Amino acid sequence: MIRQNIRMAIRTIRRNVLRSALTILGIVIGVAAVITLVTLGEGATAQVASEISSLGSNRLDVRPGQAHRGPGGVRSEADPLEAEDARAIAREVGGVEAVAPVASMSAQAIHGSRNRSTTVTGTTRGFLQVRNWPLADGRTFSEAEERSGKAVCLLGTTVRKELFGSSEAVGAWIRLGKLSCRVIGVLESKGQSSFGADQDDVVLIPLRTFQRRLAGNTDVQAIYVSVKEGISTQKVKEQITELMRERRRISADKEDDFHVMDMQEITKALTGSTQVMTALLGAVAAVSLIVGGIGIMNIMLVSVTERTREIGIRLAIGAMERDVLTQFLVEAVVLSIFGGITGIALGLVTAAIAASVLGLPFIFNAGIVGTAFLFSAAVGIAFGFFPAKQAARLDPIEALRRE
Amino acid sequence: MSGNTHVSQSGPPLVQLRKVRKVYGTGQAAVHALKGIDLTIHAGEFVAIMGSSGSGKSTTMNILGCLDTPTSGSYLLQGVDVGALTRDQRALLRRYFLGFVFQGFNLLHRTTALENVELPLIYRSMPGGARRRLAAEALKSVGLEGRESHSPGELSGGQQQRVAIARAIVTHPKLLLADEPTGNLDSVTSREIMELLTALNRERGLTIVMVTHDVETAAFARRCIRFRDGLIVDGQPPERKPS
Repeated sequence: MIRQNIRMAIRTIRRNVLRSALTILGIVIGVAAVITLVTLGEGATAQVASEISSLGSNRLDVRPGQAHRGPGGVRSEADPLEAEDARAIAREVGGVEAVAPVASMSAQAIHGSRNRSTTVTGTTRGFLQVRNWPLADGRTFSEAEERSGKAVCLLGTTVRKELFGSSEAVGAWIRLGKLSCRVIGVLESKGQSSFGADQDDVVLIPLRTFQRRLAGNTDVQAIYVSVKEGISTQKVKEQITELMRERRRISADKEDDFHVMDMQEITKALTGSTQVMTALLGAVAAVSLIVGGIGIMNIMLVSVTERTREIGIRLAIGAMERDVLTQFLVEAVVLSIFGGITGIALGLVTAAIAASVLGLPFIFNAGIVGTAFLFSAAVGIAFGFFPAKQAARLDPIEALRRE
Repeated sequence: MSGNTHVSQSGPPLVQLRKVRKVYGTGQAAVHALKGIDLTIHAGEFVAIMGSSGSGKSTTMNILGCLDTPTSGSYLLQGVDVGALTRDQRALLRRYFLGFVFQGFNLLHRTTALENVELPLIYRSMPGGARRRLAAEALKSVGLEGRESHSPGELSGGQQQRVAIARAIVTHPKLLLADEPTGNLDSVTSREIMELLTALNRERGLTIVMVTHDVETAAFARRCIRFRDGLIVDGQPPERKPS
């Protein structure tokens, strides 16, 4: 019976090729949009993740506040970290390669008549090691400069270009807000991050200098830690957590008021935004699927009206309500599945082309293809039900009389 | 009726209408289509129903065909009280016991003759092979061998009505209801269709109830019932005219 219904539905659809094609257009576009956007979104996410892991899988970030708030989450209730925390980690935790406490603010960098609004980061020599960031010119901070809070700085290439053009930067003096400091080195270019931020738009100064002369407090926003090769980051993470709980005097029954993110969590936090984008675009696509469903409902209602006499004949020769219901429901579902399959094909092709144009990896996601397929079938059932019910409820006498 | 060897007078009658009334609408606007009719039809009969339009014959056909139910009174089909059944149960009665032939043929367009005849068998969930074989046999028995793959548009009116008859008899119904089966046909074709129905009644013992306006058509039946104003006025067989 169901096979009969499917054959009948396909025949009816083929009889009206143009109308059927227009009917499923909404579904086709909806499904194609979902497939394209999700596939590209996943490609972008995968690219970001691979870029992050290329920085080294051995990095740990310690930040105040609880984890899983996502970027920009509120962490105000937790005490800030201190420079001494970083020294303690370097001293007491085994397997640590380098440690860098970090505090940042935006400031105006001025040299002569040129200026640039940039990010000033107070940190230590360990920063270059943790970030795996070599110098292009000059030298890094000395231990003495760090300890005494000397006014020295390292420039990112963007800042160097803006302030000095082609002239020599090392040895020159620049002003950061009210602080006047000497350029002792220039960093190599890192280029844009995956999120479009210019990593070279930065000025590094010793943390103590930053705290005393710019921020006016002793807060440290984060501590970057790199783990020696061959050492389990998980173990180091546990040791850091233990040490920090001790240092921040957190009793055994309390939760951490800081968190140590490993590479996976950092990746998750950074790719979170692309996932939100994917979800939003997916929602837009879902709306177009619903619009497509309404198109199917419309055409099915027209079809029921046109075929009233046929329904009357079927009822007269012994079709039960559910036979007629099934017939029209199957027709709606076959239509929407046609739309779904066409949309999946179109979406995959579009995604493949767009991925190669945008230079993203093309990732085939069987899950989303399956979901799109089931969703289109569900749209057929949901929006085909009302017209099918209308057909099934027709009075055979009335229906046979209709021309 | 002595000439009809198939009429069975023993056992319960095939059709029994008792004091059947049918009222459409309510109050002032109520239309009394049937005002209490009694009718008994035995298996093997060939009954013609005559009467002017609005006399209640179409209502009676709808009730006999289980498409409609009486407002009061009872309709027993093979002893089953149809009035007490649900819509779906009546659909099943139609599926297994009734066949319909209409004035306007009512075939599915752009569907072959064979597929039209297969349709009632589909609702009986018969497998494809057996279905096609039975449908082809039915078409052959109405003289349409070789026309299986023609669509209704490619057939003449008489041929279309033969397809409709094949569709009605392919399930071997207990009762064939024909609503002005020759109403759209010329006199020669009408005669052919009536001869086909008569043969089905004689040779297979198929019980037929037929509505007609035409005295000549009614003459093919064994018994003629006349309706007037919602009542049966004459249940005697019509006089046979010499042909």
